[in-house]
Amino acid sequence: MFEKLQERLETTFKKLRGYGKLSEDNIKDSLREVRVALLEADVNYKVAKDFLEKIKEKALGAEVLTSITPGQQFVKIVYDELCELLGRVNVPVDVSGSPPVAVLLAGLQGSGKTTTAGKLALFLRKKGRKPLLVPSDIYRPAAIEQLTKIGNQIGISTFSVKDIKSPVTICTEAKAYAMKNGFDTVIVDTAGRLHINDEMVEELINQKKVLNPKETLLVIDSMTGQDAVGIAKTFHERLGIDGVILTKLDGDTRGGAALSIRAVTGRPIKLIGIGEKLDALEPFHPERMASRILGMGDVISLVEKAQEVFDEKKAREFEKRIRKDEFTLEDFRDQIKQMKKLGSLESIISMFPGLNKLKGAIDFQAAEKDIKKIEAIINSMTKKERLYPHIIDGSRRLRISKGSGTKVQDVNDLLKKYAETKKMIKKFAKGGMKGLPKQLLFR
Amino acid sequence: MGLLDKIKNGLTKTREQLITRIEWIVQGKPLNEDSFDEIEEALILADAGIETAEILMTRLKERWKRGHIKTTEDIKRCMAEEIEKILKPVESPMPMDGKRPFIILTLGVNGVGKTTTIAKIAKIFCDNGKSVLLGACDTFRAAAIEQLEVWAKRLNIDVVKHKEGSDPAAVAYDSVKASLARGVDVLILDTAGRLHTKTNLMEEMKKIKRVVSKEIDGAPQEILLVVDATNGQNAIIQAKTFNDALNVTGLVITKLDGTAKGGFILPIAHSLKIPIRYIGVGEKFDDLIPFTASYFSHAMLENG
Repeated sequence: MFEKLQERLETTFKKLRGYGKLSEDNIKDSLREVRVALLEADVNYKVAKDFLEKIKEKALGAEVLTSITPGQQFVKIVYDELCELLGRVNVPVDVSGSPPVAVLLAGLQGSGKTTTAGKLALFLRKKGRKPLLVPSDIYRPAAIEQLTKIGNQIGISTFSVKDIKSPVTICTEAKAYAMKNGFDTVIVDTAGRLHINDEMVEELINQKKVLNPKETLLVIDSMTGQDAVGIAKTFHERLGIDGVILTKLDGDTRGGAALSIRAVTGRPIKLIGIGEKLDALEPFHPERMASRILGMGDVISLVEKAQEVFDEKKAREFEKRIRKDEFTLEDFRDQIKQMKKLGSLESIISMFPGLNKLKGAIDFQAAEKDIKKIEAIINSMTKKERLYPHIIDGSRRLRISKGSGTKVQDVNDLLKKYAETKKMIKKFAKGGMKGLPKQLLFR
Repeated sequence: MGLLDKIKNGLTKTREQLITRIEWIVQGKPLNEDSFDEIEEALILADAGIETAEILMTRLKERWKRGHIKTTEDIKRCMAEEIEKILKPVESPMPMDGKRPFIILTLGVNGVGKTTTIAKIAKIFCDNGKSVLLGACDTFRAAAIEQLEVWAKRLNIDVVKHKEGSDPAAVAYDSVKASLARGVDVLILDTAGRLHTKTNLMEEMKKIKRVVSKEIDGAPQEILLVVDATNGQNAIIQAKTFNDALNVTGLVITKLDGTAKGGFILPIAHSLKIPIRYIGVGEKFDDLIPFTASYFSHAMLENG
């Protein structure tokens, strides 16, 4: 998501690596590169200027560590400042207090409020809350239906607006309804509005008054360029916001908005939307984002995600079977399924330090296709075949290939790969990590 | 309110920033090379793009050297003229004559206002006495079909639809068949928003296009890309990527009233050369306006 910025900074730091000491002269180029990188990434002009001032001051200061190279030191300074600019720590969505606690979502048209409302409800339910979705966009055709449908998809109740004609009344009634029916969180989706549309902003202020939300969150499209700052500032001044949700970060946006918003409003980015699916909402972690920008990867996010999707019981069972040398095609399929839950190959790779350079080199589309093919082939086998692959003879291969819409060649390939993997796992089970060839780790 | 006034209204933010900067630069000082550099910066800050800003400045400087520019008013007037020259080639309305039905395939990233734009365009056609049919190919987003239906009801036109989650290309196919059977003048296909970076979704789009052209030679006559003006520089990348994949034939630029960066229209016109059909300067039906170079360039720079 921040690749562009990342690439630019990487070349800068490479240049710095040769020097023995940081001086005004040799950091000048690096500073200029950082400045261009920031401006190109649509970071607000003033924010970028302040940022560079701070870096310069610190880089020329006395904090010289003997154990590292000046280049590394410069990276560290930029990293620290980036963390600072992004807000240092993650500020979670606060839904504490006596229920029902209200969360109000505001933003421009098309920023992704309705989808985000659904995502947020799912996100909070995973944390043990019982949310009620409240649609209050009475202007855009079918906006209310959209939220109701999203609610149905994820099994979360949506407040029935019926013929209430005022967004303010919807808020009052929804809160009473939540109180009566035991919902502890109320998530209110609102109509999209331009920050310069006084009348509409006034309506939002009134909604906020009756709702008395614990969190008023501004939903901003991360593709919004320099305007993001103005939007965030105006909404904050008029309405008062507690935090920001940044959406559509899975595009090729340069992400400068993320860097400026916090600096200008003083309000943290709390969550980020990273895909079209309803579980594609993540807490925003400044230090991880800073590492990602600087190409240090985001291993923590990956581990956390893995913990969330991996079924521990299954994993333990799997381990047992491996030890007993009982790795079947059924297990193989389970592994693929679990990995898919982690996200696309591309998004997984982007979380590894250093692997970002691979991004251009690997055809992820083709790799994903291969995985799909393998899954289809395994799915076309009978249970018996999956458990005892050695029984798969020529006619079975033909049937499987037809069933999965692949060629016999593909089935052969898969069985060969399976045999190889099994051999490898056998070694692994006996000799531990040492037995594992390097290719497997990078596959 | 006349068209020019509407565009002026919509471009208020862009104009005010640009004019304030230019006036600030020129104020009380005789014009020199430096002032032109600063004006160039003002243009870049309005997202006018480095290349187009340079072109504008070279032309302005020439006119200055010939003594045609002395005051702020001169600068504004000349700049408006030069901007008009850059925008003129992309001023071209949808080519409506020829085969019936005229099929418009709309596309764009999420949240740019595709469905709303379709409704507005459909109304323009209806007002001109054309019969219009809509195809609900956005089968992905919740209630997208219903959204289109609500608009259709208001306009008293029909929508071809399938269930949510069905194949958009199949909807396109049925829409084309229906448009032929009914002999309508215009068929507009709505599609799901897709980020230009998602290859699989771009492939889906290509499939829709293929299905349509298989049924009617030369259709869809218009591949209409909708971009959100508040996306600024990213909108240019979007236009480029979509154009590479699908040969966009027309552009609609929405939400110009929400940004001070209306200048991004210049690099789009200059480097992509895709005709701009309409610009959106507000939420109402008649806020979608046919694009004209002269109106736009004047609205960008002139108050009166």
